[in-house]
Parts: sequence; structure tokens; C-alpha cells
Amino acid sequence: MSALIRYISKPHPVSGVTNAKLGIWCFLASELMLFGGLFSAYIVLRGSASEWPHGSAVLNVPLATLNTLILISSSVTMVMSWASLALKNLKKFRFHLSMTILLSLAFLVIKGFEYHSKFEHHHFPSTDNFFGMYFTLTGLHAIHILGGVIVNAYLLFPGSKLYETEPEQFLGRIEAAGLYWHFVDLVWIFLFPVLYLL
Amino acid sequence: MSSGHHHSHPPQEAHSNHEPDLPFWQKYIFSVDHKVIGVQYTVTALIFLLVGFCLMLLMRWQLAYPGKEIPWIAGWFSERQMLGGIMLPEFYNQLGAMHGTIMIFLGVVPLAVGGFGNYVIPLQIGAPDMAFPKLNMASYWLFLIGGVIMISSFFLPEGAAQSGWTSYPPLSVVAAGGQTTWLVGMLFLIFSSLLGSMNFIVTIVQLRADGLTFFRLPFFVWAQFVTSFLLLLAFPPLQAAAVLQFMDRVFHTSFFLPSGLVVAGKVLEVAGGGNPILWQHLFWFLAHPEVYVLILPAMGICAEVMTCNTRKPLYGYKSMIYSTIFLGFMSFVVWAHHMFLTNMGTKMSTFFQITTMIISIPSVIILTSLILSLWGGSIRFKTPMLFAIAFLPMFAIGGLTGLPLGLTAADIHLHDTYYVIGHFHYIVAPGTLFGLFAGIYHWYPKVTGRKMSEVLGKIHFLGTLIGMNCIFMPMFIMGIAGVSRRLWDPTQYAHAVPTQPLNVFISIAAWCMALGQIPFIINFFGSLIWGKKADDNPWQATTLEWATSTPPPHGNFATPPQVYRGPYEYSVPGQRTDFLPQNVKGDN
Ligand code: HEM
Ligand SMILES: [Cu+2]
Repeated sequence: MSALIRYISKPHPVSGVTNAKLGIWCFLASELMLFGGLFSAYIVLRGSASEWPHGSAVLNVPLATLNTLILISSSVTMVMSWASLALKNLKKFRFHLSMTILLSLAFLVIKGFEYHSKFEHHHFPSTDNFFGMYFTLTGLHAIHILGGVIVNAYLLFPGSKLYETEPEQFLGRIEAAGLYWHFVDLVWIFLFPVLYLL
Repeated sequence: MSSGHHHSHPPQEAHSNHEPDLPFWQKYIFSVDHKVIGVQYTVTALIFLLVGFCLMLLMRWQLAYPGKEIPWIAGWFSERQMLGGIMLPEFYNQLGAMHGTIMIFLGVVPLAVGGFGNYVIPLQIGAPDMAFPKLNMASYWLFLIGGVIMISSFFLPEGAAQSGWTSYPPLSVVAAGGQTTWLVGMLFLIFSSLLGSMNFIVTIVQLRADGLTFFRLPFFVWAQFVTSFLLLLAFPPLQAAAVLQFMDRVFHTSFFLPSGLVVAGKVLEVAGGGNPILWQHLFWFLAHPEVYVLILPAMGICAEVMTCNTRKPLYGYKSMIYSTIFLGFMSFVVWAHHMFLTNMGTKMSTFFQITTMIISIPSVIILTSLILSLWGGSIRFKTPMLFAIAFLPMFAIGGLTGLPLGLTAADIHLHDTYYVIGHFHYIVAPGTLFGLFAGIYHWYPKVTGRKMSEVLGKIHFLGTLIGMNCIFMPMFIMGIAGVSRRLWDPTQYAHAVPTQPLNVFISIAAWCMALGQIPFIINFFGSLIWGKKADDNPWQATTLEWATSTPPPHGNFATPPQVYRGPYEYSVPGQRTDFLPQNVKGDN
């Protein structure tokens, strides 16, 4: 098949990056525009609203703080897994990548509890635009987390076979997955103060 | 980020161009070869274009003969669409919304970018394939799924979307169910174009042949490069908007619904507090760059076809490239010229009037360069060249009629009239589509190994040129007379009655132009069988796609090409031939 495609594992001499890395940066640029669009919508709606609840009054700040810590830790373990792989320490790589996945799942579970308690208090997306935004933004973010879990699980299990034949390419994939993960983390670091604290 | 298969052989060993023995479904259906995917995109998009065209032909009956029974075919439609053979207003609105959506998102863009971009870019840059072949395949299938979802909404009990291709709330939020299907289809299409555009950018940056610097790239590649950035960065805000509208419709949020909205005499029971204008901002933030997505690839094609058929270099190659880049940047700061009538205030509207006037400058530079490229050439009037030449005045009419729209004083009168319809159709229909037709006639021999018939091609050209102008020129008159767009029955308005004969004329012209497409369809399929055999470089052209065999093998080039020169070295003095291919060292 596409046997002759260059710069799959080695960086391009001029651009200095591999195909996958440039690809993931493009993807993240587009993601930035997606969340940028949603944040602008948030600003417009909030700016023109007659009343807008204070996030900390209606949302669970301690739980969200816990979730923030969890997500930041998962970014750390993601870096560690990449670094371990670069040092060719496969066992540590597996451990850290598994930790990343577990932490992301923990984030989703906590998010699930948060949603549940909102529903119990009869707070739905249709309640008002504050909750509409809250559910839309956190929901879309949760979908991104789920996407990251799927990618990381793929790289941990079936995808890791690539390491035997193309270690550099595989390392590149882990790096790309890591960049995506940091982005998702970063989005949350914006969402948290915007929704819960401001 | 899957990046296709990687062999451990060094390239020298992998020279054999044998198509690996893949089963049929992998070779032609779930193929990862950019050429197969390009052809899939092209054929699918042409079918969608035909569907969109047919919807319009149907609407034209109602516009020409409002409230009269449709002859012959009325029986094909359900009672929710036609009552006693008379088109219902709801159905008219569905046809209109889907015509625009299909033409833009399922026809022109997939043909220009997915079809031509996919097939031609890797060849023109001397690459074996796209950077991410599997993502490329995924992009096509997402597009097809999105398209099928869109079209299938006609068969839902509630019918297709009815709120125009612009889907303005609050109407779109309170409209019948088809709108939700539209939003879901749109999400697929946006995702598809995201995968495609990042693939194009990476391919162009990373996989150019040795010696092929950025300023040796054919203009077509440059046009696609800028287009990809527009798709990459402008579509996500529409995706955001589509998600918000989806929430409004499905989860009953009120992002776009103001408080106290009255629908059918009753106050709508929603939380309210939303902002319908927010949708317009998010939509046009995409949709203005989108209009450059529609036009840039066609300009690129015209540059290729015209240099080759005038046997002359492109006039102002570099200024065209700088203009294209500038156009790309500027297209992100003009969007609100579609919204002058939304009470934005004079400061805002002044800003957007100025940016709109500024963005016309690079368009004019590109157009002027293309016109000057004709100067003194020994022009070969082949079918692709005819379409490319005709593109110039058509685009000029479209662009010039845009200027009054960009100035509020005139736009207050012209906004939402047939004048706007005339303006953008001149650019997209006789403009972009002519560019795309030129591309089809130009690259067909490379793809299939056979040339298309010149006779049928010229009939097609004449029929289309006359048809298009008869259809769209009268629309300017109607628009200036104040006839609004999206009217089910224009004769209900006294001021629209005097121009009603024009509607009849336009409709007849449209039906005739439909007949004019038959030679193209015959030519397109027939030439596969009886077309004259084409050699590797039937047009004696210089760019790399002509340097490989016809049709190109799997992997595109027997040996990775080396590039020595710019893209348009035609009629270089002192050379044996009147063209110097990019991969040839030259005589001296
Ligand atoms: C060359 C300079 C151009 C100028 C100054 C210009 C200006 C405008 C303005 C101000 C409008 C809004 C009119 C209104 O709604 O009242 C408009 C509409 C439109 N233009 Fe252009 N335009 C230009 C080129 C283009 C190009 C290159 C394309 C696309 C291929 C294009 C496609 C459209 C479309 C599709 C609409 C109508 C959208 C809708 O309301 O459905 N225009 N143009
Ligand atoms: Cu515009």
C-alpha cells in the first residue's frame, strides 16, 4: 500500500515535524476554533442575559475541583508514559498509560454523579441558558474525554504492536495522543473557572 | 493519527508499480488510494449536483406558474408535498433549503476539494499518496453518510429542512423535524471536511517532491492549500452553532430563542433569553470563508488550464499567491456584511464595509492576472479552455455585483432580494462550475486514459454558457425591482407582478439548460468507451501530474520525481519544445 509516504516516523528536514505531529496540530487548531465558537456564544448569551446565576451557587465546586486535579494528574501520567517509552521502558509506559485511562474514567464517573445530582434538583439543559451552556460545554468536553480514552486504550492494547516494527512511529503516535490529551485538559481548565467560579 | 502502512523497505526496492493484489472491494470501494477516493468524490458530488439541480428545476415551475398543476410528474409526490398537483409552500421551502445545502456542501465543495484536490494535489506535488490515506478514506465515507442523511430527510414523514441553507433561528428551531436531520447531516459533513483539510495541509507541507519549493508549486496547489486552512478554521464555529441549534431543538434549550417568542399566536414555552443573531454571527463566520472555499479551487483550475492552453507562463504568479493568502486572512473579518440589516450600528457596519471593500482587491488582482495571462498567447480553444475563459467574465460579473451589496446604503435595498441570488450564482454557478467543468475536461484523459469528445464538449459549453446567463442575468433586474428571495408565490406581491414574465423566461431557460447537460453526461460516460486514447501528456503540459504514466499507477511515480523549475515554463526561448516539464533539466 502507501509504501513510499515520507516523514511518517522521521521529521521533515524543513518543517521539523513528522506528518502525524503536523496533523495533530492542525486538528487542535480546528478544535480551538470549535471551543472558541462556543465560548463566544457563552459570552454573548451571558452578556445579554438579564440574570445569570453565580456558578458556585448552583454547581458543586468541590467535586469539580477534585475533577480538575484528576485531569491534571492524568496529563502528568500521559507525559510520563511518553517519556518512559522514549527511554524504551515498556513496563513503565504501560503503567502510566493505564493510569491515564483510569484517571480519565474517574473523571467521567464523577461527572456522571454531578449530572445526576443536577437532574435530581430538576436542573436540565432547558432550565435556563446557564444550565444549557453548562450541559453543552461539559457534555462536549466529556465526549472529547471519551474519545481520548478510546484512543489511549487502542494505543495501550492492539495499537502497541506497532512498537515492535516501527518504534519511532509508535512514539510519535503516543506524542500526538498526548498533545490531544493536554488540549482536552486545557479546555477543562478554562471551563472550570468560567462555569463554576465566575 | 493513523498514517497508513509503512514498509520497512527503503524506497529503491519498492519501485515496482504493481498494484498489490487487493480484492475488488478494497481496490475500488474501501480504497485508501487518493486517486480512487478522488474519483469517488467526483462521481458522488456530480450526482449530488444533479440532484440539487433537479430540485431547482422543480421549484422553477412554481415560480413561473404559481399555483398551477405540475404536468406529467405530479403523481410522483406525496400529499405532504403536492396537493392536487400543486406544490405546497412547505415543500417549496424544503426544495429551496435542500437545493442550497446540496449544491454547496454536497456538490461544489466535495467536487472542488474532495474530488480535484484529492486526485490532483499528490500528483502535482510528486507524492505517492496523501499523508494519511486511511483518514482520507474516512473523510469520503463520512461525507457520503452525511449526504445520504441529508437527502433521506425528504422521505421522513415531516419532510426535509425548510429554513434555507442558512438555517436562521428562531424559524429553524421551531420548524418541523427535518431540521434536526439537517443538523446531524451537517455534523458528518463538517467532520469529513475537517479530516480532509488537515490531510491536505500535511500533504502539501510534508510530501512535496525534492526541489519543489513553495514558490514552484502550481497555483492550483496554492489555491487548495489556502482553501484547506479556511475549511480547517472556519467550519468549527458552524459546528459549534450546529451543536447549539441541535440542543435547542432536541433538549429545548433557548440559545437562539428570545424571551416571549410568539409562534402561531401562542407564546412559546421555553426559558428564553437567547439570541437569534448569535446564530447569524456563527453561521457567517463559516459561510463567508466558505464562499472562498467555493471559488479558490476553481481559480486554481483556471490557472492550470489557461497556462497550458495559451502556452504562456502565468502572469503575476507570485502576486496571485500573495493575493490568495491575503484573501484567506481577510475572509475571516468580513462575515457581518451578510448582516447589515441586523441593527448592528454604524461603527460595526463601517468596519465591515471597509473590510469588504479591501477583500475585493485581491480578487481583482487574481482575476486581472488571469486575464493578462491570455495576452499574446497562441490560444488553443479546446473545451477546457473555453470553460476557463468563460469563467473570467462570469466571475467578474459576480464580483462586481458584490460591491453594491457590501455598502450598506445599497444593501438596505438589495438585501434578501433576487439581486443577491444573482450575485452569488454568477460566482458559483457560471463561475465556479465553469472552473470545475474545465477541470473535468482537462484531467479526464489523465484519470481515464481517454479524451472526452470535443464536439459534445463544445455543445455542452455553449448550452451552459447561454443557459446560465439567461437564468441569472434577469435576476438582477428582479432584485432591483424589489422582489424578495424565498417566495412561494411572487404574484401575491403587487411590486413583483411586473417582473413575473422574467420568472417564466428564467424557468424555461433553466429547463433548456438541463437539456444542455445531456451531452456532458453522454460524454462523461461514453468517452470511457469510445474516447480517443490519450498518452501520458496529451496537452503537452508542464506540471508533475503529466510526468507519470496515464492513468497513474498505484504509488503514482515509478521513481520519486526531482523538480528543477517553476510550474509554468511554456515557450521558453531557446528550447526544442514549447514546454519544459518541471521534472526535466532542460536543453541547456
Ligand atoms: C468579490 C467581492 C465580493 C463582494 C464584495 C461580495 C459581497 C457580498 C455581500 C455584501 C453579500 C450579502 C448580501 C446580502 O445578503 O444582502 C453577499 C452575498 C453572497 N455572496 Fe458575495 N461578495 C463577493 C464575492 C463572493 C464570492 C467570491 C462568492 C462565492 C463563491 C460569494 C458568494 C456569496 C453568497 C453565497 C452570498 C449569499 C448568501 C446568502 O445570503 O444566502 N460572494 N456577497
Ligand atoms: Cu460574504
